[in-house]
Amino acid sequence: MEQTKIIAVTVENQPGVLARVAGLFSGRAFNIISLAVGETEDESMSRMTIVARGDEGVLEQILKQLNKLIDVIKVVDMSVEKCIQRELALIKVGVDGKSKQELMTVVDIFRAKVLDVSNESFTIEVTGTDEKINGFIDMVESFGIKEMVRTGTIALTRAKKTKKQEAKGESK
Amino acid sequence: MNGSQILLECLKKEGVDIVFGYPGGVVLPLFDALYAEKAINLVLVRHEQGAAHMADGYARSTGKVGVCLATSGPGATNLVTGIATAYMDSIPMVALTGQVATSLIGNDAFQEADITGITRPIVKHNYIVKDIKDLAQTIKNAFHIASTGKPGPVLVDLPKDVFTSEMDFTSYPSHPNLRGYKPVCEGNKLQIKKAVEMIEKAERPLLYVGGGVVLSGASEELMKLVEKTEIPVTTTLMAMDAFPSDHKLNLGMLGMHGTRCANYAVQESDLLIAVGARFDDRVTGKVADFAPHAKIIHIDIDPTSISKIVKVDVPVVGDAKNILKEITSQIKKMEHKDWVKQTEEWSKEFPLTYRDSETEIKPQYVVEKIAELTKGEAIITTEVGQNQMWAAQFSKFKKPRTFLTSGGLGTMGYGFPAAIGAQAGNPDKLVIDIAGDGSIQMNIQELATAVKYNYPVKIVILNNGWLGMVRQWQELFFGKRYSSTFIEDSVDFVKLAEAYGAKGYRIEKKADVEKTLKEAFAHKGLVIMDFKTSREENVWPMVPTGAALHSMIDGGLA
Ligand SMILES: Cc1cc2nc3c(=O)[nH]c(=O)nc-3n(C[C@H](O)[C@H](O)[C@H](O)COP(=O)(O)OP(=O)(O)OC[C@H]3O[C@@H](n4cnc5c(N)ncnc54)[C@H](O)[C@@H]3O)c2cc1C
Ligand SMILES: Cc1ncc(C[n+]2csc(CCOP(=O)(O)OP(=O)(O)O)c2C)c(N)n1
Repeated sequence: MEQTKIIAVTVENQPGVLARVAGLFSGRAFNIISLAVGETEDESMSRMTIVARGDEGVLEQILKQLNKLIDVIKVVDMSVEKCIQRELALIKVGVDGKSKQELMTVVDIFRAKVLDVSNESFTIEVTGTDEKINGFIDMVESFGIKEMVRTGTIALTRAKKTKKQEAKGESK
Repeated sequence: MNGSQILLECLKKEGVDIVFGYPGGVVLPLFDALYAEKAINLVLVRHEQGAAHMADGYARSTGKVGVCLATSGPGATNLVTGIATAYMDSIPMVALTGQVATSLIGNDAFQEADITGITRPIVKHNYIVKDIKDLAQTIKNAFHIASTGKPGPVLVDLPKDVFTSEMDFTSYPSHPNLRGYKPVCEGNKLQIKKAVEMIEKAERPLLYVGGGVVLSGASEELMKLVEKTEIPVTTTLMAMDAFPSDHKLNLGMLGMHGTRCANYAVQESDLLIAVGARFDDRVTGKVADFAPHAKIIHIDIDPTSISKIVKVDVPVVGDAKNILKEITSQIKKMEHKDWVKQTEEWSKEFPLTYRDSETEIKPQYVVEKIAELTKGEAIITTEVGQNQMWAAQFSKFKKPRTFLTSGGLGTMGYGFPAAIGAQAGNPDKLVIDIAGDGSIQMNIQELATAVKYNYPVKIVILNNGWLGMVRQWQELFFGKRYSSTFIEDSVDFVKLAEAYGAKGYRIEKKADVEKTLKEAFAHKGLVIMDFKTSREENVWPMVPTGAALHSMIDGGLA
C-alpha cells in the first residue's frame, strides 16, 4: 500500500549534495513529492525535508539509500516522530467575477494573508500542513487560480514534554 | 611543495606503489612529478578504459585499493565504463582525474567535462578538490571510503591549479573526517543469536555465498562453519573462488547458468543463508518463485542490500568474516545426512556436461584442460558472454581472489586489462584471460602495454566467430534470426600478436589443445592462443529469463 513519508535529512553543507540526493531519487525511480532545503543552526550542515511516496519496501529503501550517501549525516523518519510540519504557498487568485467578500471569508477562515491586491487578482499567502493548503486551494479554485507556488513541507520534531504538560495538552 | 608532490606523498602514505594512467594537458604537472618519483610505478596504458580495468584487476587479485589516473575531458570520460564495472562489483578503487583550472570550471573550457557529475551514480563517492589545503584530507577520505564497508570506486577530480599551487606539507592526516560515514562491521548479537537458532532448527539449510565473502576475506570462516554444520554451499558467479570447487559440499554456481543441483537445492531448501550476496536477477530467476520453502537469513554489510529484492526473515548487517566466525562459535555441531545425500543424487544425475567431439574443439574442453594444467593455482580473468560462463562452470578454484570477472555490469573488454592489473599485483602467478573473439577486441590495444612492461598474460580466445552469447539468445528466443552477431574470422590473431611483439598460436585440432596450453604457460612473455572452437555451442543448463530456478533447459544434454 502506498504511503507518504516526511523525511528529515541532515547533510554536509557542500556543493553537489543536492545533486546526489536528487540523483538518488531519479536514478532509482523513487517518487518524490517535495523537497525543501535550507541552512540549519550549524552552518556546516543543511537540512533537507523530503516528502516521498511509495509502498513500505520502497520507503524503507529510500531511508537506507539516503543513509548510505557519504554526505548524509543523519536521516530521521518524521512519520514515526511527533512533529510539526508546515508548508507555505503563494497563490494569485482572480477576483473579477466572484465577490471579493466571499474570498476574504475563505482567507480569514484559513488564517491566510493577502499580500498584494489589484483589480484582477489577490495574491494570498497561506501556511500550514499540506492538507490545510490543499484545503485552501480547493476553496479558492472556483475563483480561478492564476498562479501558484508552494515551498514543500518542512518539519521539526516536537520538544519532549513532561507527562504533566502532555496531560494538559500543552503545545507550543 | 606543490600539489603534485603532495598528492604523490599522500599516495605513498596509502601504500600505493603502482598507478595505471595516461597523460594529458592538465595533468602534466603531476606527470612531471612522477618523472622524478621512484616509489610509484606509473603503468602507461593505451586507453584510459584499460587503466580503470587494470586498477580493478589489481584490486580484485590483491585486496588492495587499485589506482588509475586520467587527464580531464576525454581522458576522464574514457574511465567511465571501468568505474561503473568496479562499482557494480563493489571493487575498491581510486580514480584520479585532472580538471581544468578552478577559474575556468563551468566555462566549457578546452577538455572540460563535469566528471563528478557524470560519475555520480557509478561511484561510492566522488570529490572535486578546489583548494590545495583540502587535498591531503580528501585523499585520506577517498582511500578510506573505497576500502571500507561495502567497497567501491571513489573519484577525485583535481583542477590544474591544485597541482601547481604551493603549500607547506607537514603530515598526512591520520584519520578521515567523515561524520556521515560509519559502516557497521560487527553483527548485532541478538540477530546472530536468532540466526544460530534458525540454522539449528533447519533440516535442509543451504549457504548462498556471494562476492561479499571474497571482499571480506571470509573464506576460512566459511569453511569452518561448513565443516561444523555440514551445510551445502552454492556460490554466485562472484564467489566461485570463495570456496574450493572440489569440496564435496560445494554444489557449484546457482542462477541462470548454474548447476541443476544448486538450483534444485535452492528451491527445496527450508533455510537459505545468504552471505555477501545480493539476490541479483541472474540468480533469483522469477523472484516470486525463488526459494519457495525457505526462510532466509541475510548477512551483508550493506543495509540497502537487505530486503531490496527478496524479503528476508533474519537480516544480520555487518562484515561476513566477523559474523560467520561468531555464528560458528555459537552453533552446535550438526549433520544433515539426508539433505546432503539428496544433493549428491542431484549432482550425480545432472552434472555439468557437454557433448565432446573428436573433430571439433569444444570450448568447455579447453577450459577443462586449463583447469587440469593449472590446478587452481592460476588467476583466471574472463571477458563477457559464453566464454565467461564456461570459465565459471569448468574451472576449478582453490583460493579466493583467483577468479576475476565482470558480473554486475557484464563489461566486454574487462578481462584482458584486468589480467594485466592482476599480473602487476602478482608477478609470480600465471594469469589467464579466458576470452571470446568479440570481447577481446574491445581492449586489444592493451597488448602494447602488456608487452612493454612484460606482463606475460596468457590470452585464451574461445573463437566461435560469433558474439556467441547474443547468438545463443537469438537462437533460443528470436527464431534464429542472427541479426548482427556474426563476426566470423575477421582477425588474424596470430599476426596481431606478432604485430605487438607477442607470441600467437592458432589451434584448430583438438589434439593440439593441451600441447599448446603447456607451451604457452611455459613461455615467458605474452601469448595469444586463438582456439577455433565449435561455432554454435551453447551454454547449458539455462534458466530462461523470467522462469523459476528449477525450470532449467539444457538443449537435450541430460
Ligand atoms: C552473461 C552473464 C551471466 C551471468 N549469469 C550468472 C549466473 O548464472 N549465476 C550467478 O550467480 N551470477 C551470474 N552473473 C552475475 C550476476 O549478474 C551478478 O553479478 C552476481 O550474481 C552478483 O553476485 P553476488 O550476489 O555475489 O554479489 P556481488 O556483486 O559480489 O555483491 C557483493 C555483496 O556482498 C556485500 N558485501 C560486500 N562486502 C561485504 C563484507 N565485508 N561482508 C558482508 N557482505 C559484504 C555487498 O554489500 C553486496 O551485497 C552473470 C553475469 C553475466 C555478465
Ligand atoms: C561492452 C558491451 N557491449 C555489449 C554487450 C552485450 N553482450 C553480452 S555477451 C556479448 C557477446 C560476446 O561475444 P564474445 O566476446 O565473442 O563471447 P562469446 O559469447 O562468443 O563467448 C555481447 C555483445 C556487453 N556485455 N558489453
